[in-house]
Amino acid sequence: MDLRFTPEEVAFRDEVRSFCREKIPAEIRRKVSEGRGLSKEDIVTSQRILNAKGWAVPHWPKEWGGRDWTTVQRYIYTEELFQAAVPLPQQFNCYMFGPVLATFGRQDQKERFLPRAANLDDWWCQGFSEPGAGSDLASLKTKAVRDGDHYIVDGQKTWTTLGQHADWIFCLVRTDFEAKKQRGISFLLIDMKTPGITVRPIITLEGRHEVNEVFFDAVRVPVENLVGEENRGWDYAKFLLANERTGIARIGLTKERITRIKRLAREMPAGAGTMWDDRDFRARVAGVEVELKALEITQMRVAAKQGRADSVEPDPASSILKIRGSQLQQAATELLLELAGPFALAAPARGQGANDLPGGFDWVDAAAPSYFNNRKVSIYGGSNEIQHNVIAKGILGL
Amino acid sequence: MDFDLNEDQSLLRDSVERLCADLYPALEARQKHAGAPLGFPEANWQTFVELGIPGLPFTEEEGGFGGGPVETMLVMEAVGRNLVVEPLLASVVLGSTALRLGGSAAQKERYIPGLVEGTLRLTLAHTERQSRYDLFDVATTARRSGDGFVLNGAKSVVPNADSAGLIVVSARVSGERRDRSGIGLFLVPADAAGVSVTAYPAQDGGRAAEVSFSDVSVPADAVLGDPEGGLPLLERVVEHGIAALAAEAVGSMETLHRLTVEYLKTRTQFGTSIGAFQALQHRAVDMLIELEQARSMALYAAMMVESDDPAARAAALAAVKIRINTACRALGQEAVQLHGGIGMTMEYLGAHHFKRLAMIATQLGDTPHHMRTLTDAEDGLLAA
Ligand SMILES: Cc1cc2nc3c(=O)[nH]c(=O)nc-3n(C[C@H](O)[C@H](O)[C@H](O)COP(=O)(O)OP(=O)(O)OC[C@H]3O[C@@H](n4cnc5c(N)ncnc54)[C@H](O)[C@@H]3O)c2cc1C
Repeated sequence: MDLRFTPEEVAFRDEVRSFCREKIPAEIRRKVSEGRGLSKEDIVTSQRILNAKGWAVPHWPKEWGGRDWTTVQRYIYTEELFQAAVPLPQQFNCYMFGPVLATFGRQDQKERFLPRAANLDDWWCQGFSEPGAGSDLASLKTKAVRDGDHYIVDGQKTWTTLGQHADWIFCLVRTDFEAKKQRGISFLLIDMKTPGITVRPIITLEGRHEVNEVFFDAVRVPVENLVGEENRGWDYAKFLLANERTGIARIGLTKERITRIKRLAREMPAGAGTMWDDRDFRARVAGVEVELKALEITQMRVAAKQGRADSVEPDPASSILKIRGSQLQQAATELLLELAGPFALAAPARGQGANDLPGGFDWVDAAAPSYFNNRKVSIYGGSNEIQHNVIAKGILGL
Repeated sequence: MDFDLNEDQSLLRDSVERLCADLYPALEARQKHAGAPLGFPEANWQTFVELGIPGLPFTEEEGGFGGGPVETMLVMEAVGRNLVVEPLLASVVLGSTALRLGGSAAQKERYIPGLVEGTLRLTLAHTERQSRYDLFDVATTARRSGDGFVLNGAKSVVPNADSAGLIVVSARVSGERRDRSGIGLFLVPADAAGVSVTAYPAQDGGRAAEVSFSDVSVPADAVLGDPEGGLPLLERVVEHGIAALAAEAVGSMETLHRLTVEYLKTRTQFGTSIGAFQALQHRAVDMLIELEQARSMALYAAMMVESDDPAARAAALAAVKIRINTACRALGQEAVQLHGGIGMTMEYLGAHHFKRLAMIATQLGDTPHHMRTLTDAEDGLLAA
């Protein structure tokens, strides 16, 4: 047992660190750090810089641009991106669609889609959830009925993140109406420009347009866009969820938030000094740091284990990462809200003079929206209650 | 980075676990051991000696077996899993770390053979009635007298002092009660004239003592290192103690969590096993999260305890103790609650783990104490 990074790992960390800071535009990183929304262009720019370096999809198979990194290297890479406030490679392309297609797709599908997905030439979104199928995803109803060499798709997806930017959507659709609910699902790739598709925005509570409803009205999808076998889509979806665990705890993101909070606290007047002189506040920050440190090591332990196992099933231990990681992301946004204090109330229009900023602080107006928005992290990707169920079954055998 | 044990470490873990499990097959055996006059049977200690445990902290040149923080962690986890009452923390960790880090070659030559052969045990006496957890708060005095020193004062809740031959004592050579300088660590034989040891059972099945010093003369070579600059040494010893307690807590929580999950599966109410109730399942999961986070912190302690950056080390071990304390309390309380009435009884093994965990949270610094250390650190933990 040796719990330190090897010299090679330290060198790798330094390489990723300086690349992120030197090559990704500061303006994009500042938006990420302040928890402000990114434009599509920001995300594309950042990903293409990574892709040119060969770092957009390091976890893919080598022939499609992967890097054969060790689990520790992958861990370092993800955490360094977070800490430098670099947007992670577009998650639906890189962590969901890519790995599924590389594993279960046909050669012609891989050639057609994977390079474009890695370079974000195509923007993919995820069409899993439906109004009636959330935690109980397998009860989904959107149907695909065979008509010659096409499927006719009817139904509705919802919560489709950044679907407004999307060129393509990967969907779970029902293709067998008699089978047990998991056994009648297929994994279908649908061009968002196909006639019959309507995208409607859902505005989340902080006021941003991040998610959508997607309606399918007799949408004709070529049968060649089926991934793998018909009615095996649930297996691919499970594989996808297993892949989603990379960096699921987002330790680096929370670290970056905490580091920023400490910096801002030293500049925020309070009492005779600043908020950083307030011992109670510092203790709350320290409390989050302690939990974060523990989770960081838990994450490395899980990664080390996964490095050995070739399992397609998600490791139930990664549910611990999801639960605690989401709680800590949320705790950091609570601390920022607390730090903003009375100024958190203001929601000024941006882009005006410095005089319009509440108290003259240029970050406080983003504190509440970030707190509001981050309530999502314990809901999506399998809610924290579902993660508890997974551990109770998978680890405790209850 | 590599979390796998090497061959020697696996061997050590397995043999310590086997030894502990053999000595402690059930609660009755443990209560019998704890009831021996010194709080454990001498024969048990000799079993640990045969396995080489007391020699673990020292290098092979010093006559030991060259173990490091990972080895200590493995041993202490087994201690925790089996609720071992032998004085491993007092002698092998606290006392021996003081000797290892602060002792001269002559001092080591003098004492290590006895430790390794099992004829000598150590303990650390640092707590005083006014000091709480502040290691620099020392009222006990060591007055220079000729070549040597004369000690006066009293130490409280000294672990296993009644079975120790040699006591490592913090005493003030100069300065005011709460000065950081002027403190020395002294090796004082328990049978030296003027030393009095009043032992009592501890709440968790262990033993502790009030130890007083009345004009106790010790020679110059009884000092570990600098007689007026001993605080950094004492701090390092306590850091090692925290790392060991963290591992012991993890072992104990592991057993207690297992007992709880087994109980959820076997106890029936309302015509079903109580483990079928989701409210209880989720609480058992939260206990597991506490355990795993604590385990990570025990590893972190092992990783940091030999760091040569004192500030980073202090912040790290403070963080470890804070997290361990929280887990001890949360997991312990939930375990009792999920057992219902059975969890409240003296004859239930889990209740003894609960008590040990509660006491670990009070040893070598409670949460507010370590939170002060951490908030006083300029950059907190993240820079560490
Ligand atoms: C911001 C955001 C972005 C999203 N992006 C996408 C996306 O891009 N693509 C996509 O397909 N989906 C997306 N989702 C959907 C997300 O995966 C679902 O919201 C999630 O699965 C929960 O489903 P639900 O909202 O229907 O809640 P429900 O399943 O109705 O749950 C309601 C409550 O009941 C609890 N609950 C449910 N079942 C159980 C149970 N068995 N035991 C205990 N408690 C239970 C839940 O934990 C929750 O607290 C997104 C969601 C959000 C909020």
